[in-house]
Amino acid sequence: MELKRVVVTGIGAVTPLGNNKTDYWNALAKGVSGAAPITRFDTEKFRTKFACEVKDFNVLDFIDRKEARKMDLNSHYGMVASDEAITDAGLDLDKVNKDRIGVIWGSGIGGFTTFQEEVVGFANGDGTPRFNPFFVPKMILDITPGLISIKYGFRGPNFATVSACASSNNALSDAFNYIRLGKANAIITGGSEASVIESGIGGFNALKALSERNDDPTTASRPYDKDRDGFVLGEGSGALVLEELEHAKARGAKIYAEVLGAGMSADAYHITAPHPEGEGIVIVLNEAISDAQLKVEDIDYINTHGTSTPLGDSGEVKAIQKVLGEHAYNINISSTKSMTGHLLGAAGAIESIATLMTIDQGIIPPTINHFTDDPEIDPKLNLTFNEAQKRDVNVAISNTFGFGGHNTSIVFGKYNG
Amino acid sequence: MSEIAQKVKSIIIDKLGVEESEVTTEASFTNDLGADSLDTVELIMEFEKEFNISIPDDQAENIATVGQAISYLEENVK
Repeated sequence: MELKRVVVTGIGAVTPLGNNKTDYWNALAKGVSGAAPITRFDTEKFRTKFACEVKDFNVLDFIDRKEARKMDLNSHYGMVASDEAITDAGLDLDKVNKDRIGVIWGSGIGGFTTFQEEVVGFANGDGTPRFNPFFVPKMILDITPGLISIKYGFRGPNFATVSACASSNNALSDAFNYIRLGKANAIITGGSEASVIESGIGGFNALKALSERNDDPTTASRPYDKDRDGFVLGEGSGALVLEELEHAKARGAKIYAEVLGAGMSADAYHITAPHPEGEGIVIVLNEAISDAQLKVEDIDYINTHGTSTPLGDSGEVKAIQKVLGEHAYNINISSTKSMTGHLLGAAGAIESIATLMTIDQGIIPPTINHFTDDPEIDPKLNLTFNEAQKRDVNVAISNTFGFGGHNTSIVFGKYNG
Repeated sequence: MSEIAQKVKSIIIDKLGVEESEVTTEASFTNDLGADSLDTVELIMEFEKEFNISIPDDQAENIATVGQAISYLEENVK
């Protein structure tokens, strides 16, 4: 059976750098940090007091109050980003066969705010279970793809993927695979996350995963810097419309890039710590490159997982060098988490957008906040420190990895007809 | 309008996102005010919370309009 080709025809984003795809990309290219002191709750007793929050977001600008209050913030972000992507794709909803359009969506945690509020409400009561009837449907993370399908009437494949911080790259991989197998003409994919709340910051603090650089939030996310001290929690959503090539051509859609391949692997090592030599990452990169039927020399850019944790960053770089050999010195590498923070289950989506935009725009967004070289990281690599670089990109890879040892890589290529 | 009636109406306006003018005594939650089954459950729970009472399921089933809610609560809230 011949596999179909899959292209990206729509993009939407709600991020700590901007609440639409254009503002997001412009901030990435400029090298802006999205970190700031947390506004959403009192952080006095918390070890980490800052995050990359979404700013100036009023859901009532997009969704009416009656609907909005039945959704967690996680779904608010997802609904707004997917709306933008669907509009951007120019899908004519009166003409397309909606039974052949699906929604596959990733989230690491789901309706965390809803869960926290309802459980706190119960704990503060007299033991009478006064849970809101919307508690469960607001909280479950698969409700976002459900809500998107209900809004648009898309009756194709519909589910959520969960692999912690790799969740939305798994969603993209699945969307890519279902379309190339002929199971759908188009799939709205991506992911959302909204965990900048007490339990999110407190939980990740307990894991010693977060940066505690409270005196200087905007430089706290510093992947590959010797003094990196953990990731900065982000939130938001990224959405992409993946479409079967002939379907996209038939309706004259703008094509941002082609999805060439996807890889998946596991570390099989530890619940939260990455393998120090990046063995699972070697497997996933090889799988993705081979799935795309490319040679390592074809690669121009890798958008890394690069969370700014001491172990994770060096393991990933070692793996890239193992897989690419000498060619690792020719490519651009960057971690846009230096600007956006870590959006957990939405990271793969917003970073896949950043990755494919390098192909569309010919600009590599930087790894900002580089001050001191880490002796563990080869100085001959081009980690695109501090400033964007111009480059004609034909092939670019987005990596994301998740707690549990899940690894994903997606390969995007310039669409050349 | 009684204090109970006022509170009931403001809960309905808030939860169902409807205009005050729509919340007439005869208005049915599902047929006139756009509530689905979960919205109706939530309304009953909000009445329970606001008036600090417990409404048994068999009686909740008979509260389908604004007027029925107000009469039930006026009779049962001490």
